[in-house]
Amino acid sequence: MSDIRRTKDRLAIEALGLEKSYGETRALAGLDLAVAAGSVFALLGPNGAGKTTAVRALTTLLRPDRGRARVAGYDVVAEAPEVRRRIGLTGQTAALDECLTGRANLVMVGRLNHQPARQARRRAEELLERFDLTEAADRGVKTYSGGMRRRLDLAAGLVGRPEVLFLDEPTTGLDPRSRLVMWEVVRTLVADGTTVLLTTQYLDEADQLADRVAVVDHGRAVAEGTPAELKARFGTESVELTVAGSSELSEAVAVLGRYAAGEPGTDTAGRKVAASVQDAPRRLPGIIADLASAGIALDGLEVRRASLDDVFLALTGHGPSTEATASSLKELAFP
Amino acid sequence: MTTISSYERSTLEKERRLSRALWAAKDTLVLIRRGLERIIREPQQLLDVTVQPVIFVLLFTYVFGSAIRLPGGGNYHAYLVGGMFGMAMAGTAPGTAVGISTDMGSGVIDRFRSLPISRSVVLAGRTITDLATQVLGVGALMVTGLAVGWGMHKGAADALAAIGLALLIAFAMTWAGACAGMLLKNAEAAQALGFIVFLPLSFVSNAFVPTQGMPGWLRDFANWNPLSAVAASCRQLFGNPNPAVTVQAWPMQHPELATLLWSAGLIAVFAPTAVYLFRRKVLG
Repeated sequence: MSDIRRTKDRLAIEALGLEKSYGETRALAGLDLAVAAGSVFALLGPNGAGKTTAVRALTTLLRPDRGRARVAGYDVVAEAPEVRRRIGLTGQTAALDECLTGRANLVMVGRLNHQPARQARRRAEELLERFDLTEAADRGVKTYSGGMRRRLDLAAGLVGRPEVLFLDEPTTGLDPRSRLVMWEVVRTLVADGTTVLLTTQYLDEADQLADRVAVVDHGRAVAEGTPAELKARFGTESVELTVAGSSELSEAVAVLGRYAAGEPGTDTAGRKVAASVQDAPRRLPGIIADLASAGIALDGLEVRRASLDDVFLALTGHGPSTEATASSLKELAFP
Repeated sequence: MTTISSYERSTLEKERRLSRALWAAKDTLVLIRRGLERIIREPQQLLDVTVQPVIFVLLFTYVFGSAIRLPGGGNYHAYLVGGMFGMAMAGTAPGTAVGISTDMGSGVIDRFRSLPISRSVVLAGRTITDLATQVLGVGALMVTGLAVGWGMHKGAADALAAIGLALLIAFAMTWAGACAGMLLKNAEAAQALGFIVFLPLSFVSNAFVPTQGMPGWLRDFANWNPLSAVAASCRQLFGNPNPAVTVQAWPMQHPELATLLWSAGLIAVFAPTAVYLFRRKVLG
């Protein structure tokens, strides 16, 4: 039993003070990471935060200037070949031979993973099926769509049944359907015991998939925890009321103001009042009771939970990326 | 715990090295197969090793050759084919350079690097595949040669020796090409290298015209050009006219040995350099 505990607590990825500079630019400025085996860990950060550099260092593709890292128990510099035997990588650009067919790519990767020919062919078949590529298997990768390429690339990363899988922005540029497929794959892998480290600019992706998230900015992890922890620690929840008559608006502002962290915002035309409220779900009964005793009738009441957007903004002082910010702004009509 | 004796340790180390070498050989085969599959899917890659030499043979025999007189007499058509061996084999280098720089610029190199294979395997796979395509080039050249009146007038052993020497220099040239491919930014630059370095190198040799008529300084360069050694070796071993026998430069007096030494020298310099450049490039 203690054995099981130990495997569960074992770290699949461990990084201490990783540094990497390109001239003046410090891509990694002392990155520390600890990822438990069998979990999904997300590196969340804007473009240029150092996420890709971190993945490249952990997958032995580049040598850090300073610091140490172990993946699957092996040092990424001193024991790089051992690390390579145990990892799979799917990067931002498809790492495939465009000239070859999808099947030939997978068989080649299997053979280079030192699988016997027959096993490599069988594994390729399995993965083609799993990623819905059987029909396109004998076509050149050149003819594949972006989503198909990404799927094949992920399949290539899985050929060797890696202990630790690195996904560098696996869903950037994917259509929503392919994105869901990708999430499903990650969940299945983790259920089978694979450790997954993924980088993403999408907050909802980290929220959906990751057991733990590290927010990366300027080459360092500025915060780390479960999505819920991060939201509780850095995010704020807000309460939004829609009053029945616009005459009740000012009174509603006064009531909500007693609970709010700041001055409530109002939307006169929409008859709405909103404010950020710490620990909103628990204080909601009080708010409702106060509103009732003040005789304010409500048309609507909404609690907006803290999002990782808030966390991100609180930690880095800027949005995660224009795209993600735009989508979250749509929900956030006001305050 | 029992301790491991130094004898046992050295045996273990030997076995480890042996298995590493074995895997490297197997991985190279996988990558050669990849190269051949690419060619089967896109046979136009073979144009430069097949059609190009044929065009040069026809161009030189029927256009330029009509105005060239060989010192000491002899048929220019029979003379040219040996020279074409020199040019075609050296021509492997730009092809390798283009292939390598294309690979380096594409994502596939990251795939290779994240796999448990030795770094040199990626390069060896490429150079050996290019050598294999040159075998086809040799065939195309010989068939064209026979059609324009060239022939092999010595034994089969001599003919095979000529082909062997030609392929050896081709292999040496692929390593030079691999280095160039690694240093150049993109495939276009690698392609341009072919015109800037390789074409002049081919023409300032005895491949197309005997060196006797060249100005002094150029003649010295041409006589020591490895392509001249290959051309002279082939002419000697095929029993074709070889005006270079009267040239007093050492490589022209011992063309076969010169070809061997050039090949060995080129491989000794460029193979480790290519591996070094590759490591440096991929480790960032």
